[in-house]
Amino acid sequence: MARYLTRNRLRRIYKWGGFPVSHDRKLKTDEYDSLHISLEDLPRTTVITNGQYILIEGVDDDHPYVAKVTKLIESDKKKKALVQWFARVGEVPPNKLKLLGREPHPQEIFYYEGPTCEDEIDVESILNTVQVKFIPVGAPFPDVDRQEVLYVKLSWNTKVFKVVTPEQIETATAAAPRLVPTPGRLRPALPPSPPCSPALAATPRSRAPSRRALPTPDPMVMNRAAAAGGHSVRGTASAGKMVAAAEAESMHSASKISASKCLSGKRRSCVARTPGVRKKLELSSPRKSLMDGDEGLCQLLDEDLDQDVLMVQRSATTLTRLMSQPGGLTPARKTSRAAGSWGSQSMKPVLSYMSLGGDSSPETALQDSDRELCGVASLEDEVFDMGLTLTPRRQATPRRNPATRGQKASTPSRRADRATKEHSLGVLAEENENSPMEPAAPTPRTSRRKSAQLVSSRIRKQLSLLDDVHSDGDDSDEFLPSVKELRSSSDEEEPQEEEEEEEEGEFCARLDSDDEIVAKKSKRGAAAPRTPRSARKSQASMRTPRKTPVKKATPTTPRTPRHATPSIPSRSLPARQPGSALEEARARLHVSSVPESLPCREQEFQDIYNFVESKVMDGTGGCMYISGVPGTGKTATVHEVIRSLQRASDADDIPAFNFIEINGMKMTDPHQAYVQILQKLTGQKATPDHAAALLEKRFSHAGPKKESTVLLVDELDLLWTRKQNVMYNLFDWPTRRHGRLVVLTIANTMDLPERIMINRVASRLGLTRMSFQPYSFKQLQQIIMSRLNKVKAFEEDALQLVSRKVAALSGDARRCLDICRRATEICEHTSLDPGAPGLVGMSHVMQALDEMFSSAYVTAIRCASVQEQLFLRSVLMEFRRLGLEEATFQQVLVQHQALCRVEGLQPPSVSEALAACQRLGACRLLLLEPSRLGVLQRVRLNVSQDDVLYALKAE
Amino acid sequence: MEGGRPLLLSCSGDADSLPTREELGRLRALVKVYSVVQVTVNMSKRKLKDSPMPIGECISQVQTLLRERLCHQQLPQRPEGVDSQHKHLMELLKRTAVHGESNSVLIIGPRGTGKTQLLRCVLAELLAEEDVDKTLLQVHLNGLLQTDDRIALKEITRQLSLENVVGDQVFGSFAENLAFLLEALKKGDRSSSRPVLFILDEFDLFAHHKNQTLLYNLLDVSQSAQTPVAVVGLTCRLDVLELLEKRVKSRFSHRQIHLLPSLSFSQYLQAVQAQLHLPDTTFPDTTFCYDWNASLKALCEDKSVEAVLLRHFNSTKDFRSLHRLLMAILCRVSVNNPTIKPADLLDASRLLSADAMTNVLHGLSILELCLVIAMKHLNDIYDGEPFNLQMVYNEFKRFLQRKSNSLYNFELPVVMKAFEHLQQLEVVRPVDAAAAVAARAQREYQLVRLMLDHSQIMEALQKYPQCPTDVKQWAASAFG
Repeated sequence: MARYLTRNRLRRIYKWGGFPVSHDRKLKTDEYDSLHISLEDLPRTTVITNGQYILIEGVDDDHPYVAKVTKLIESDKKKKALVQWFARVGEVPPNKLKLLGREPHPQEIFYYEGPTCEDEIDVESILNTVQVKFIPVGAPFPDVDRQEVLYVKLSWNTKVFKVVTPEQIETATAAAPRLVPTPGRLRPALPPSPPCSPALAATPRSRAPSRRALPTPDPMVMNRAAAAGGHSVRGTASAGKMVAAAEAESMHSASKISASKCLSGKRRSCVARTPGVRKKLELSSPRKSLMDGDEGLCQLLDEDLDQDVLMVQRSATTLTRLMSQPGGLTPARKTSRAAGSWGSQSMKPVLSYMSLGGDSSPETALQDSDRELCGVASLEDEVFDMGLTLTPRRQATPRRNPATRGQKASTPSRRADRATKEHSLGVLAEENENSPMEPAAPTPRTSRRKSAQLVSSRIRKQLSLLDDVHSDGDDSDEFLPSVKELRSSSDEEEPQEEEEEEEEGEFCARLDSDDEIVAKKSKRGAAAPRTPRSARKSQASMRTPRKTPVKKATPTTPRTPRHATPSIPSRSLPARQPGSALEEARARLHVSSVPESLPCREQEFQDIYNFVESKVMDGTGGCMYISGVPGTGKTATVHEVIRSLQRASDADDIPAFNFIEINGMKMTDPHQAYVQILQKLTGQKATPDHAAALLEKRFSHAGPKKESTVLLVDELDLLWTRKQNVMYNLFDWPTRRHGRLVVLTIANTMDLPERIMINRVASRLGLTRMSFQPYSFKQLQQIIMSRLNKVKAFEEDALQLVSRKVAALSGDARRCLDICRRATEICEHTSLDPGAPGLVGMSHVMQALDEMFSSAYVTAIRCASVQEQLFLRSVLMEFRRLGLEEATFQQVLVQHQALCRVEGLQPPSVSEALAACQRLGACRLLLLEPSRLGVLQRVRLNVSQDDVLYALKAE
Repeated sequence: MEGGRPLLLSCSGDADSLPTREELGRLRALVKVYSVVQVTVNMSKRKLKDSPMPIGECISQVQTLLRERLCHQQLPQRPEGVDSQHKHLMELLKRTAVHGESNSVLIIGPRGTGKTQLLRCVLAELLAEEDVDKTLLQVHLNGLLQTDDRIALKEITRQLSLENVVGDQVFGSFAENLAFLLEALKKGDRSSSRPVLFILDEFDLFAHHKNQTLLYNLLDVSQSAQTPVAVVGLTCRLDVLELLEKRVKSRFSHRQIHLLPSLSFSQYLQAVQAQLHLPDTTFPDTTFCYDWNASLKALCEDKSVEAVLLRHFNSTKDFRSLHRLLMAILCRVSVNNPTIKPADLLDASRLLSADAMTNVLHGLSILELCLVIAMKHLNDIYDGEPFNLQMVYNEFKRFLQRKSNSLYNFELPVVMKAFEHLQQLEVVRPVDAAAAVAARAQREYQLVRLMLDHSQIMEALQKYPQCPTDVKQWAASAFG
């Protein structure tokens, strides 16, 4: 299954379709109508037009970005496209996905409404077109088997999911390109020509209907357009005749209906039904709707099956509307206005016309349509003249034709499959035609367009009215031609109400058949430059399996067990809560307890906050280096900043951002940083190399709807590698235009960039630095006070002692808190009355300080055995004799044995003395060479000689 | 050279060339594991005994009982002399277990002072409390067994039985394991998850792991609001804090419990008596028990015994070495010798305090002994400078010429063989083995050093059976 034509090995060539449609003098940009993408050496071209859904090369080859083209422009010789983004499931942060309240559908995408969104992309990043389908909120997703279709149900604005309406999707895109109705476009196959007169434009069309009665599918599309107009005209002009012809027509089309198509149609229709949503559609501006219709017509003529077929329906209705309006044809102005105000009261006549039109013979329909189309053309001219913003779209028309052709050609092979299948199933389909196919089926492309929705809603109304008018809804055959036109043009109108199932089924059948006709036609009657369809199909099939199916399957399955996050089992009894004041104080003083605020770091907080905030606001990137000795609140301050920023972003004061934290100490290898960042960013697992590549892509490409990312890199010095490429990348990404990455780095040494970084890394880190000074004793005191928060557990003096002592030593807040905690314990133990231990006083704090800071060397020497003490002494003696701070064991041994004799002890054997020496070495009172050197090993003292003397004398 | 070491260890008990600390420690760690297995075996044996027993039965009973006591470090009711430390540790662990407060502590003391014993006592006491035993999870790590963080992480995962959570997939890469464990610990919180007790034996060795990743992460957890953990480190290094990297050190709570052997000689004597004492109540044969205890009392009052014990006490206060001594005594108890005699103690003491290298010298041939003596003279002449085989051979030749005694007239190849043997015994040691091999120096010119002290050589000569007088004289003479 060709899913996405992912990046090809072959070079792709991007060409504009035709000449600029308009030129913006201010911005110096040219606007184009379509874009041709062709592969080197391959004749096939993909055509991108405005309003089309495209896949854009993203971080992940399997999940390219999805967007809708709103504009194609060229500026500075660069081909750009303005797009409306859609977010895939994978692009929504995993934690936010929970807001969805259900499992996201794998093919689901979200209409992206986030604030920070670069909507301009380079056309070279466009991979292919894609089908996107709108699904109303309540409706279930279709079966997954058709994986090349994406579904929109909700919109995503980086904070919440909202219900999306079809207009929403449409408005974003409809604005710019759709404004210009061009009569020239009505002429499909003509070479580039100056805007042609309505009469000229009409000529080819007049030919089309003539072919219509032929069973060959080829001209059918032409017919559709013509008939769309024609029937409506006929409706106004005369009552239906030529039932037979119509019947033949219906038979013919019915033969093309395949069972599969019907099934898919059913599926689609049940999804596409939200009356509430569609009601709104009528409110769209009159002019636009009219123009949409026009364009639709044009596109229809261009056989732009893929999406524009819908438009025909639209145009048809417009035309009928025009007709229904007395004198509506001539005054274009009026028409355009009328189209909007066109209400349900006018609907009735129109519908009846249409239904009647179905009876008309092809010939008359043909003529009528001719006439009508001329009318439309002139009308369009008028509209064009009057429209201020209606830029010369018509210039683009001639070019449009090949473009659309090409596009069709590139539609996924699915269509071709269907075509062949349908062919074979044609017989079956005949029965199906009349069978109730109530769930009329929108093709996957259905609700992609707002205009389509609009039209469909109207049609629905019309049809419901029609039901009233025609009490006998069974004569489908009779009015089929007209309806068929509607249907075929609109392709997926079906958003119908349940009542008119029959007709609906009919419609869908028709429409599908039309699709199919087009497909066939393109297959068979392809013009020389186009590749035969079969060839194309095979290409597609060749290309796809390489990536999509395989990869899709692999990451998901094994991931599940691995991802099952383990946890420490929970305890049966809840932890006991602190009882006394001292226990309470101890709990508050624990380093882990997160304080409400961080006292004494206000300035640093503000600086970091401003830095990050400004970067997030601007959507730019930047680096900051934060240094300070351990325990000065660096990480805590950054976390505090992030917490406040997240609050601000929740309150919509600043754009949403991702926060990712990595810690050099918490990874086994500097390159794991990539893996961790990627995993926290997207939830993907990858090898370091792959992760680096993905991140590189992510940060360097114009990501869609990319949120800013704030990355905290703790213990930066551990990310050092020989080539420093990890650090280089981390600091390089923020400098990318589309990076939107703010990197906060933390390390201990102030001059880390100068000391360990090579120039190009240090340069990228920049000079935004901040240094956290060790806490002064006042600050430490304040920290303890704020933590204790009025729990009276300490004497003032005791607190001051602790903070002064710690400030003098290191200024490490952790140390300070630990000492206080220990002091409370000592206080508890030493108090005489266990019930009321009283306050922690000076003595307790002193004892705690002693425990923590005093070295045990002196005590250890005092507690050593006699031989060990003697050995230490002899070491001192030998040092004094040698005048060096080092001696071999053998030398010391001589002294030792002499000393033993002086002391009146039996001299130990060499083994014993060596054992004593080793024991002292194990405690690190002595520093020894490896013991395999035996008597030759050298001995040094690890304590000062004074300490040894002091310890030995005091005995 | 290195290859010969295990052989030496096994045949001569404790050779003069002491094994490196790591080797010793590894053995210790393995012995600790092994001891657990044996306890169960002994337990079943004891139950078979009846009250009136022949003397042989009683002796084997005594052997079993005391061996278990000496080898397996049976936990005392309450460790002596360490009340404050006991209380401190107990409180600390209890707070973790009951209140879910994270802590970290180091127990520091020289080898054989009862660090592990203290911890085991505290744990036994703690687990006796009702709600604790079901809550507290324990992870025991040993720096000698978990020699790097990768192994340590796997071991932690195994001991926390987290591997069941994710099937057999858990032992993935090192990075995955670390992320996995951190995730697990991070998910917990103070009040709801079971506290985890991490016991890191030979804590200082963990500080040598790359980046101290494991320590950083464990201590970081103990300083943050995650799963409550208590990190208890056991080490004999007094300077262990200096080993910690500054960030790791800052995260450590700086609680240190020092265990230093502070007992006096009288306490030591009592300890000896207590170790050999038979329990009146539980021992099956009361008369034998009475006799044994009485003889034990008499033994301890014996002056010579006291002198031996004092010497031992002066040498080391390590309880393990005392146990080794008592074990040697116990082995001499038999049906013919049902009580411990002072002579047994003296013998055992002499056995243990004997110089290992002197014992090695006893096994040398006369030629090898002569070479050693020649080396001693060379050492005297050149003041400890290294020498080579040729110099030794010349010295030896001069001795032979002087004596004009052809008895020891050996060719150079024979002498070289003897010299190599000495080298294998590590009586001599190449100055720089690697450099010599690299330079392809001829063996007779390779510089070596003598690994013996003169006192050892003289002692060995004295004890050497039928040592020729001229050789003795040569050794004693000031000049070769």
